[in-house]
Amino acid sequence: MTLIRTPQTPWQPQGTVYGTLLNFRREWDLWAPRMTQDPYKAAPQAPVLYVKSANTFNPSGELVLQDGITEVDIGATLGLVMGEDEQPEFAVLLNDWAVPHASYYRPPVKFRCRDGYLGVGSLRPWAGLDVAGLQLQVSCNGAVVQTVDFSQLKRPLAQLLADVRAFMSLQAGDLLMVGTDCLDSGERPRARADDTVHIEAAGFAPLKQTVISALNTEGTA
Amino acid sequence: MKHARIAWAGALHDAVECEGQLLLTRSPHAGRLLSFDEVVWLPPLAPMRQARTVIALGLNYADHAKELAFKAPEEPLAFMKGEAAFIGHRALTRRPAEVKNMHYECELAVVIGRIARHVKKADAYDFIAGYSVANDYAIRDYLENWYRPNLRVKNRDTCTPIGPWLVDAADVSDPMALALQTTVNGQVTQSGNTRDMIFDVPTLIEYFSSFMTLQPGDVILTGTPDGVVDCQPGDVVVTEIEGLGALANTIVSA
Repeated sequence: MTLIRTPQTPWQPQGTVYGTLLNFRREWDLWAPRMTQDPYKAAPQAPVLYVKSANTFNPSGELVLQDGITEVDIGATLGLVMGEDEQPEFAVLLNDWAVPHASYYRPPVKFRCRDGYLGVGSLRPWAGLDVAGLQLQVSCNGAVVQTVDFSQLKRPLAQLLADVRAFMSLQAGDLLMVGTDCLDSGERPRARADDTVHIEAAGFAPLKQTVISALNTEGTA
Repeated sequence: MKHARIAWAGALHDAVECEGQLLLTRSPHAGRLLSFDEVVWLPPLAPMRQARTVIALGLNYADHAKELAFKAPEEPLAFMKGEAAFIGHRALTRRPAEVKNMHYECELAVVIGRIARHVKKADAYDFIAGYSVANDYAIRDYLENWYRPNLRVKNRDTCTPIGPWLVDAADVSDPMALALQTTVNGQVTQSGNTRDMIFDVPTLIEYFSSFMTLQPGDVILTGTPDGVVDCQPGDVVVTEIEGLGALANTIVSA
């Protein structure tokens, strides 16, 4: 049985997309001293997940900033597209755009679920992918702003999948993002109107999106 | 009209309520009447091409916020679910053996009927297809203060029964004045009224559509009043909303 029941060009997720917070050691270590403080009170035990709703799916080359947002976090990550056998069947590069937010206490719906806030690249087969050896290069207007190294996951892939499945199933077509890393400052690289962001990795087609301000497009229709 | 989706005779069917029975509305068995007891009830939601957006509200009744020792929120406290959490009427919900506090939450479910973006409160009802009853179970043992309420508490397989019906919006004259009630093994444990929501349905539609597009079929679960109690395997939990129906669920040990 094939996963892609309704071929779409370009590809978009059909199932639920889950993101993982705090899954790079750099960010975990930066947060560690605050994890026992209010309002968190303790370090997270289970994977901290969030949902990217279907209105965020964006395979186009543009992210349109709307509703007063002027700056977004770049969230370069790898997504696992689940197959019928509950194992990853495809991999995809994603830009998990977010409105910068300093608190991880409440669910991030208004930061992460805005229209177009999931840049979607093209699929490649899962087979043959060495995740621990994978690096993503993130550039903004041609200058490298981040290198994401998947050997630095707090929960390596097999453990992440096991810990997620311990409390919920991943169904065929669902997508699990393994996390986005921060910079040494604790922040993520950011983009503003007119910036062009590339995410590149060996074995994947590059994912390129240009940020556009709705203010510049309004009235031109 | 009250719409249901059911499994019967080896296939899925659309049906409507008809004088205490189910009337199948599509061929090959269109026109056939079935009793409530001879079908398997599915969530009353038509399949969507892409993932259904399921938004849920926390602390949206002042009494429940107080019950959980929280100040009423200044803006809606929203989280999201995957569709796999949904199950239908008369289904089984799993309770892990090691937990100490798993409680139901009787909630008014709002199903979107038109593409909604930048909708004003005054127009919000035009964007609603209908209403259903949801039971948004929570397992408090798993609460952590990271994107709280976290998915381990709120996005568990089988832990969001919904149904039995999707009731057309036109048949609900005032969705903000509906009595809610939960019984556990026949004893009333929770009662409230949708008029006590902190953020009412039009306000929620205005709020969410101010930053995201809602599609027909998307669902908003609008929160629960006070009166949540722990439930054990074998308990029959019935969440009921005036005019919308009674959603039964049985807890089983996992």
